[in-house]
Amino acid sequence: MIEFILNNKTIKTSLPSGMTLLDFVRYEQRLTGTKIGCREGDCGACTNLVGSLNEDGTAVSYQSITSCISPLGNAHGKHIVTVEGTNLENKLTAAQNAMKDNYATQCGFCTPGFVVSLTGFALSNTKKTTDNALDAISGNICRCTGYKSIERAAYQLCEKLEHSDSNISMDTLIEKEVIPSYFKDIPNRLKAIQSTQQPNSNKKAVYGGTDIYVQKADSLIDGEVFTVGLNPDLKGIKIEGDKCTLGAGTTVTDLWNHTELNRFFPNLRKHLKLVSSEQIRNMASFGGNFVNASPIGDMTIFFLALNSDITIQNKDGNERTIALKDFYKSYKTFDLKEDELLKTISFKLPTKYSKFNFEKVCKRTHLDIASVNSAIHLKIENDTVSEAHVSMGGVFEIPKYLHKTSDYLKGKTINPDVIIKANNILQTEISPISDVRGTSDYKRLLGRQLFFAHFTQLFPEQFQLNDFVAHA
Amino acid sequence: MHKNKSHNALDILKSDVQTSLRSSVKNIDSFTHVRGESLYVDDVNVRQGTFYGVVFDATIAHGKIKNVDYSKAAQLEGVIKIFTHKDIPGANEIGGIIADEPLFAIDEVHFSGMPIALIVAESEFIARQARRLINIEFEELPVITMAKDAKEKNSLINKPRTFKLGEPEDVFKQCDYVFEGETFSNGQEHLYIEAQGAYAEPLENGNIKITSSTQGPTAVQATTARVLGFPMHKIEVDVTRLGGGFGGKEDQATPWAVMAALATFHLKQSVKLVLNRHDDLRMTGKRHPYESSYKIGLSKDLKILAYEAEFLQNAGASADLSPAVAERTLFHATNSYFVPNVKATVYSCKTHLPPNTAFRGFGGPQGMFVIESAIAHAAKELGVSPIKIQEANLLNENDEFLYGQIATQVEAKNSWNSAKTIFDLKSLENEVEDFNKNNKAFKKGLALMPITFGISFTNTQMNHARALVHIYLDGSVGISTAAVEMGQGVNTKMLQIAAQVFSIDKSKVKIESTNTTRVANTSPSAASSTADLNGKATLKACNNLLERLKEVASIELKVPVDQIELKDECVYVNSKKSELTWNKLIFHAMAKRVALTENAHYATPEIHFDKTKEKGHPFAYHVYGTSITIVTVDCTRGTYVFDDVKIIHDYGKSMSEGIDLGQCEGGLVQGIGWMTMEEIAYNKDGRLLSNALSTYKVPDIFSVPKNIEILPLETKGNDMAILKSKAVGEPPLMYGIGTYFAIQNAIRAFNPNYTLKFHAPMTPEKVLMGLYEN
Repeated sequence: MIEFILNNKTIKTSLPSGMTLLDFVRYEQRLTGTKIGCREGDCGACTNLVGSLNEDGTAVSYQSITSCISPLGNAHGKHIVTVEGTNLENKLTAAQNAMKDNYATQCGFCTPGFVVSLTGFALSNTKKTTDNALDAISGNICRCTGYKSIERAAYQLCEKLEHSDSNISMDTLIEKEVIPSYFKDIPNRLKAIQSTQQPNSNKKAVYGGTDIYVQKADSLIDGEVFTVGLNPDLKGIKIEGDKCTLGAGTTVTDLWNHTELNRFFPNLRKHLKLVSSEQIRNMASFGGNFVNASPIGDMTIFFLALNSDITIQNKDGNERTIALKDFYKSYKTFDLKEDELLKTISFKLPTKYSKFNFEKVCKRTHLDIASVNSAIHLKIENDTVSEAHVSMGGVFEIPKYLHKTSDYLKGKTINPDVIIKANNILQTEISPISDVRGTSDYKRLLGRQLFFAHFTQLFPEQFQLNDFVAHA
Repeated sequence: MHKNKSHNALDILKSDVQTSLRSSVKNIDSFTHVRGESLYVDDVNVRQGTFYGVVFDATIAHGKIKNVDYSKAAQLEGVIKIFTHKDIPGANEIGGIIADEPLFAIDEVHFSGMPIALIVAESEFIARQARRLINIEFEELPVITMAKDAKEKNSLINKPRTFKLGEPEDVFKQCDYVFEGETFSNGQEHLYIEAQGAYAEPLENGNIKITSSTQGPTAVQATTARVLGFPMHKIEVDVTRLGGGFGGKEDQATPWAVMAALATFHLKQSVKLVLNRHDDLRMTGKRHPYESSYKIGLSKDLKILAYEAEFLQNAGASADLSPAVAERTLFHATNSYFVPNVKATVYSCKTHLPPNTAFRGFGGPQGMFVIESAIAHAAKELGVSPIKIQEANLLNENDEFLYGQIATQVEAKNSWNSAKTIFDLKSLENEVEDFNKNNKAFKKGLALMPITFGISFTNTQMNHARALVHIYLDGSVGISTAAVEMGQGVNTKMLQIAAQVFSIDKSKVKIESTNTTRVANTSPSAASSTADLNGKATLKACNNLLERLKEVASIELKVPVDQIELKDECVYVNSKKSELTWNKLIFHAMAKRVALTENAHYATPEIHFDKTKEKGHPFAYHVYGTSITIVTVDCTRGTYVFDDVKIIHDYGKSMSEGIDLGQCEGGLVQGIGWMTMEEIAYNKDGRLLSNALSTYKVPDIFSVPKNIEILPLETKGNDMAILKSKAVGEPPLMYGIGTYFAIQNAIRAFNPNYTLKFHAPMTPEKVLMGLYEN
């Protein structure tokens, strides 16, 4: 039995946990404001909010998700909000008014998704700036407006929220007509559900669902799934000494919001912004990204350069730990048995000697799959590279840890000559293929450029593009 | 910081625009749109016992069907029936211009994604599972994916067409400079966020009602009737609104509606057929890719004396709207320029791609891209800025277009000069130059793009519409037209017209769904003309009603008709308010048995075109404008951002500034997408590779220009436009073409060895390869 609150209504359903939340709200509940655009999390027309009770049970925090690739089972114990659940009687909410006043709705099909994302932004604890509002709608595609009117709507909403710092109280949001008043009772109502049994089974493990529901939804939607995301053992970020451990069910957003990690990685948000839209960041887990084994998985490339270890647990509870770089065997095959589950990822935290950078290029800078991505982690002590880890995606059949390139850099004092030579080695380690994301020649060139970009990015005083290439 | 007097003028203009935007009418659907309460096909409440359809399609692009085994699929629990061409009582051939497209393949398939059968089941999920159980064997035949190969094999949809003005062959010999080259512009996926779909319901006596997401309700009705062997009156097509169309639902909404109706005809049950995104991407046609060649001849003073273009249009596997699209390419072959000697030829080449179709601009953008390429080529060879050549050749009043129409009320130079002065082109150019001098890893590029776009269906006989206006006895008004609302705001404009003529509050007017039983034999909502045609018909109907109401008022108030005026829901006599309110007036009209319903027909006057001579006056008027685009290229990564697009656009006298601005911004961004990141990819076997939203990227909120400034051109408007408010749907798309050339200019600033290329879209891949080519 899955139990949750949908808008203002308590739901108890024995429908399959693998069914998508989208189908449930549209066809079982006839809430047709949640639209079907792509069923792969790439357009945002189906955006819903998921409210989770905080640990102390006093408040609910809301995140936007694409309901098309979210299993119904993940809704258990949550408050799910569709556009209808934001509606006030006979008048518009702040987000709705902002969209209307600025002509930000044309055909109207994507509009509910934008409204829900903007409402989620109002509810979130981020600072109420237009830039943050735009981040919140980064996963919503509109084919009519060209977005400028939507930007103006986002600005108007921020004005209405008085550009407040982070958290606005529920009372204020209700008073400002951002959300209806029933939201106030949701924490209490959710508490009653929390005590009930988590849905679980021995079926297919689904982390966030952001990849598996794109690849093979039809094999999941009429059955039960094991929703890893609801398992508290697999969530969370722990820092002990110089080691950081992430549960495999940790989402990209958990990382985004982590204060300490943002200190260790000052460009973390800039990097994560390239990874996906806000909706997907709210859902996608590291475990899912790793076992998807895409040669171009952004987070895999990211953690490869951190020389991460992964811990795997079998159903008897036995654990083993291996290096992430040894996890991948060949295209989409990896070292995980049928009865095993990825449990944690751990890596050593950067020190004051560390330099870390992530690069990604695709057809569209945001919300796209990379043509090539790359990460680098260098430790430089006394002008000498004491440790080097370089990874690159989209250039090999697996997410590639560049062993030779990394080895070469070790012990060197970096200068243009060394970097150019390192690239020569890098070029021998990669063998990109031509596909819809680019020709092999392009990916090879892009690999070189992103490798150089690491250095211009990390050492802007020291290196410029024209230290490495002709023309410039 | 640069300062000059034009900036002051710019600020005033901008503040005027802001003021008019605040007071401008909002889209009447806004309220339900933002609440998620607007209804689209898939939202319609289904009847009990509704079945669901999924289309089984060809997995190869060309071949003979040797054997199909439906038995396993048919036996799956929940499958009702599988329909093929054998189940069609009437004609299997559909297609608006040439009926050359089978609804279901018979023994051969001509493109990957071609429908072969319709699986109807108790749920879409079951139908989809059944689809996997169908076994099909093909004998594969050679596949053509490129227009040039098709032309070589003489695989053409129809005869090539040529427009000619002057004597280009002779004049080329007198030109000081002649340049030749080739271009390619790729297709474009419409990516309406609402996929194709229809819902068919059985009515009594075997009649069928279809709720369709179509721009052409009459096309759906007529085709369904033909396929079922029915008279048209047995089929009712109703359209509330579309979740985006962009041309993709002009002709290609039809097959799905017909299939749903076919199943309803056989099963006597309601059937819903809504394509999922992957099926939609695979089965439907897109903007036509064009492979073209040009020859341009100039004089020493940069006048284009002669121009020749050969357009190879990749039509796909059947005609669809390709011949009409091809025609518009010729109409716009010289864009905003007067060229005295022109020869433009187009071949509609038959390939094994899904039939390509209408897409905002309808062949016009493809034509314009070629002449802009020719100009860029000439400019580079001559060592001048393309802006100089563009400027030297802009259309003047009374210039002749290559199709014989004389240009009048021309705003080409006006918009160009306004853009230059209002946006201070000189300092923009200086800023770009300075930036490029001071930056190595980033380069900026700037380009201008003038546009001239003809308004009317180029097929003269399609330029008509009707409106049916009811005034109900309580004073409320209902309007039916042929216009389909798809986000362009046409319903809002219709409502504005009625509210303005009757001088009643907008809340008193309702725009009805578009329905073939209320307004019949309609042209599709397309060609930017929907508001003009249907608006003029609505205006006429409302004016006729107004005249009758004035007569009633004249009798009631015992004053001559010419002293009567309707204002603010009251009758005014000699500008003085009378006791007679709108509601009372309607009551009296009813009592006097005056007809409160009016049906009006409008057909665009003056237009004509003689296809035997390829000359005439096909357009009611033209829309003009000029854009300035500035981009920054990241020379490390090959990526780009659009800094600025500044546009002076000829709206005429806009009747809905907010809606029209939305059309401009949206069109521009769609044009930018076509020119930059949107890349359709087929493999050599004709299989679509960009077959999902993960592989086909349209602009998102971060990839649009940081700054878009669109200011209106002060013009008188045109009487042929509804309330002098010019058509605005398609023309702005072509401003996006400027992006291609701006990026290319930035690449040149980095890499002096770069060879100009005219191969759109300009993806980050092409940019990076260009930055580092030798």
